Amino acid sequence: MTARRITRYGSLAYLALILIAPVSLIFYRAFESGFGAFWSAVSNPDAVHALRLTLEVTVVAVPLNTLFGILCSLAIVRHRIPGMGLVNAVVDLPMALSPVVVGLALYLLYGTQGWFGPWLTAHGHRILFAYPGILLATTFVSLPFVVREVVPVLREIGTEQEEAAATLGSPALVTFRRITLPAIRYAVAYGVVLTTARCLGEFGAVAIVSGGIQGRTQTLTQYVQASYENFQQTNAYAASVLLAGLAVVTLVAMTVIRPREDTRGNRGA
Amino acid sequence: MAIEARNVTKRFGEFVALDDVSVDVASGSLTALLGPSGSGKSTLLRVIAGLEVADSGDVFISGREATALAPQKRGVGFVFQHYAPFKHMTVWENVAFGLKIRRRPRAEIRARVDELLELVQLGGLDRRYPAQLSGGQRQRMALARALAPEPEVLLLDEPFGALDARVRVELRSWLLRLHDEMHVTTIFVTHDQEEALELADSIVVMNRGRVEQTAPPRQLYDEPANEFVMSFVGPVNKVDDAWVRPHDVELRHEPNGSTREAQIERIVRLGFETRVELVRDDGERLSAQLSRDEADELELARGDIVYVRTRRERTF
Repeated sequence: MTARRITRYGSLAYLALILIAPVSLIFYRAFESGFGAFWSAVSNPDAVHALRLTLEVTVVAVPLNTLFGILCSLAIVRHRIPGMGLVNAVVDLPMALSPVVVGLALYLLYGTQGWFGPWLTAHGHRILFAYPGILLATTFVSLPFVVREVVPVLREIGTEQEEAAATLGSPALVTFRRITLPAIRYAVAYGVVLTTARCLGEFGAVAIVSGGIQGRTQTLTQYVQASYENFQQTNAYAASVLLAGLAVVTLVAMTVIRPREDTRGNRGA
Repeated sequence: MAIEARNVTKRFGEFVALDDVSVDVASGSLTALLGPSGSGKSTLLRVIAGLEVADSGDVFISGREATALAPQKRGVGFVFQHYAPFKHMTVWENVAFGLKIRRRPRAEIRARVDELLELVQLGGLDRRYPAQLSGGQRQRMALARALAPEPEVLLLDEPFGALDARVRVELRSWLLRLHDEMHVTTIFVTHDQEEALELADSIVVMNRGRVEQTAPPRQLYDEPANEFVMSFVGPVNKVDDAWVRPHDVELRHEPNGSTREAQIERIVRLGFETRVELVRDDGERLSAQLSRDEADELELARGDIVYVRTRRERTF
């Protein structure tokens, strides 16, 4: 009994100390001077622009990583292509690599002294300190999530259902749409939620490649940092609450998806 | 011939799953591919269905060359060992799948699916999901699904393998009736010789990627081509250099010229049949199969000395 109690209260205390207290404090500070102050902080043009930029990056990066995440997963699990083990390992790289290093790598590639930089600049394309650079960095760091969710599910369902569909005359694309996709849809959805959360919260890689120009290339996380450094604490707290709010939305999405996934398939039996 | 496999060879890396296999399956027949695990029987079935591509050799289905044909175009119904139900679809949707792919009119689909569900005794369960069915029901659903597009050939991979003993026996006789009604050429894979003997009108015995013998059940049992077939199809004793079936071992209390002395080591009564385990005077073991009445009449007991005579011995 005591062991169980230690597990229960220990874990709760840990969560409270590490997670809940800091986040609550942010909320407290943001609304300390009333809702009016909060509202004026989040509605100032730089904050609005930063939020919009973050969302604009997210709505492109998430579908990209979802599409390629599913393709990569299929390649890793279904095709016995030599070198797929390497691909499987490389996919995890963004998880292991510090975002700052990712940013630096992009800088080396697209900077004025980089491999592609001069050519792109000569042809009038701007990557660094502009939207494409921020998108590249965000897409890089949020790449593994869909793959990591989908691969184990694909492994588990095996190929029998797809083979059965084939013997029933179903062309490959129809089989994918009618058999494979429904079987992995919860894994994909969960991967999308995680990818979205990562995109919204990305800071390190973007900090290097975006330049963080207020009102132009500043994402919401950068806005928080810049505000804090300029002693505009209310703005920083308010923007943090905005980020936390988006995180809560993704969390809720996650919990809505999870239980359905767990109970499915156990029905009746 | 409904199905012909000609000199089919298939390797998985170093492992030779099929080694120059040729099989003919007569139109309308019920054929068993019988063999131990790893004998290549399932691989052969998958090659016929187009789910595996043979390294060499040809496959003909209803006289058409099918070697390079995709599984979608072979007109073959396939029932997987674990049924491969579409888990996110209801029973009805599972069975309708092949018809919807073929864009049949909706009314026709409805009529055909309902008819098939009745045939496989799943009427009324059409809105259930596969997870809500028993093993036997799932198996019949898979069968209905495979039959829906009216395949020329039905292929069953270990169709009763995953079911418990009683359901298995029920489904066997049911499948037999179904085959009589539908007349669709059927091949099923099994490692159970009893199943093959009961159901099939032709049995292909496979071992280590090769065909050992192809024959009707009776002939296979009475005239096995070699030691492997003899020992795999039915129980067998090896006595000196000859093989003899336990029911061809005769026991008596008095010796005569052709008997050997043996001691009864164990008596097993299995309902109607009685199995007697014996040790001969030279230490060799063999078992005899008697009807209960025969055993009772002889008043056999453990430790008794009896005299053994063997009939229909075979040497290879």
